[in-house]
Amino acid sequence: MERQFLNTQKTTRPRSIDELRDISWRLSRQIIDITTKASSGHPSSSLSAIDILVALYFGGIMNYDPSQPNWSDRDRFILSKGHGAPGLYVTLAEAGFFDPDLLPTFRKLGSPLEGHPNMRVLPGVEASTGSLGQGLSIGLGHALAARVDGRSYRVYVMIGDGEADEGQIWEAGMAAAKYKVDNLTVLLDHNKYQQTGPVSEVMPALFPIVDKWRAFGWFVEELNGHNMEEVMSTLKKVQDIKDQPQMLICHTLKGKGLSPFEKDDVNRKHGVPLTEEEATIALAELDKQYGRSGGGD
Amino acid sequence: MDLGKQIGLKDGPATRDAFGKSLTEIGRENRNLVVIDGDVSNSTRTEEFGVEFPERFFNVGIAESNLVGVASGLALAGKDALAASFAAFLLCNAYDQIRMSVAFPQANVKLVGSHSGISIGEDGPSQMAIEDIALATSFPNFTVLVPADAPSTRAATRAMFEQAGPFYLRTGRPKVPVIYEEDFDFKIGKANKLREGSDLTVIACGLMVAAALEAASDLEQKGIKTRVLDMHTVKPLDVESIELAARETGAIVTAEEHLLAGGLGSSIARVVAETHPVPMAFVAIQDRYAESGKPQELLEKYGLTAEHIRLAAEQVIRRKQR
Repeated sequence: MERQFLNTQKTTRPRSIDELRDISWRLSRQIIDITTKASSGHPSSSLSAIDILVALYFGGIMNYDPSQPNWSDRDRFILSKGHGAPGLYVTLAEAGFFDPDLLPTFRKLGSPLEGHPNMRVLPGVEASTGSLGQGLSIGLGHALAARVDGRSYRVYVMIGDGEADEGQIWEAGMAAAKYKVDNLTVLLDHNKYQQTGPVSEVMPALFPIVDKWRAFGWFVEELNGHNMEEVMSTLKKVQDIKDQPQMLICHTLKGKGLSPFEKDDVNRKHGVPLTEEEATIALAELDKQYGRSGGGD
Repeated sequence: MDLGKQIGLKDGPATRDAFGKSLTEIGRENRNLVVIDGDVSNSTRTEEFGVEFPERFFNVGIAESNLVGVASGLALAGKDALAASFAAFLLCNAYDQIRMSVAFPQANVKLVGSHSGISIGEDGPSQMAIEDIALATSFPNFTVLVPADAPSTRAATRAMFEQAGPFYLRTGRPKVPVIYEEDFDFKIGKANKLREGSDLTVIACGLMVAAALEAASDLEQKGIKTRVLDMHTVKPLDVESIELAARETGAIVTAEEHLLAGGLGSSIARVVAETHPVPMAFVAIQDRYAESGKPQELLEKYGLTAEHIRLAAEQVIRRKQR
């Protein structure tokens, strides 16, 4: 079935690589900003994922309409690693699902921007996540529903590398291969650290991860999750894969290589926001990474 | 089993059989219905649906966590999704998936747990769900149905598709006596008064409803007039009927094929305590696991017969008179 790009909203207009990099820069700043203001949250886990989110939402990969968040034919993105909520929130605000003025209310009482995504209170959130391991099964359900209903939408699920410790991920992996769902793409944010240490130490048997997913019957590819050209070309390529779900092992940096995170060699400040002072340093480094100066907001 | 024989009730199909038949019928009318199975469809009786509608039936293997998650995704994408497995594995293995992927997002998932209680018999305690009502009723905004016989199971199966939101339907393995006529008035959240009485009320669910009717008949021989309520909806409870029973009969016995902790009895006790406190007694599985055996032997050994209800009734009436 041909994919129908009915949506002509400017929010889903495919952006150039330079434009995508510009959005990544601004959204990365916002991640640091809202978590530091909230004095809580998971900035490093959000920063590792942000370039992939930007490619999906603004590179013309996903088909969606922020004015109709429940549009039946929309492509779905599920953030299974729910602690990456700040990255999802800044992306959805940028895409027009809600007013960016809500961003500073992150984690505050009464705000729809809860610590972990709650689909019942915030438009654009496809699943309530935060208990790890569950988003892939939900994504598989959406993918199967497309088949039953004869729709051509695609489903994207982002999981963490630590999250792959969860048995349910592998249950869903087997079932997705059994049903040959080719409208399901998993982005594994391989940022190398989980809560108490490096993934390679906490659960060394997770590796070789590429071989494991291939053995499960998936199409697997590794890529640099911070290289926008590579992210974009891979996301475009997997749209043509037939009869196989796709696992993209995205090599990323937890905290995007910014020094306040890099200094922590246990877990790259997992679940720890930057102080005001650290944030100032991180933002300056971010500007330098992107060859920009001063804010951009 | 001897259940209901003494008062002339005839065995009908097991509630799991009634559910399975009803599911296929509903599937013919409702093309939006999809069924997800954890490789036990010939036990839960979703098999017939799967044979007739293979394109709307997914066997995800022996993997209850994924079973519930896939059902959630299908429901969130707009399908009427039903996931079935053994009650013990569904509720106990996938408790967090039900919490996070169904209850919290209020996904329109209908969960069906078969092989509930100890009346499954020989397979033993690992297969017996005796905690499932406690677990299912713990979720906010969940509806929990425990039908007593085949006609009420068919009615319950239909009713849960007429209302959006998460449901848990509990079915059983053995044949059970038929209590209701077909097409009787079944309303979610409304207990059925099966027998009027003024001395006490027995409130039961599942196969203990037939036992309650038997006990009421025995008690009548002794001049004790017993009201019997079938509380097929364990959540939300029919608070009005419970309060009325407390006020009008002054004593309540509950009966369920489930652990005492967190079951029908504890929920009713809470309502009675808050509305019109009266003496109560509880017929349920005490704080222990059962064992392998024949269904009838197990019900006798673990205290779930008409005789146990009768003894509880006499005890509660003595307390009422003090």
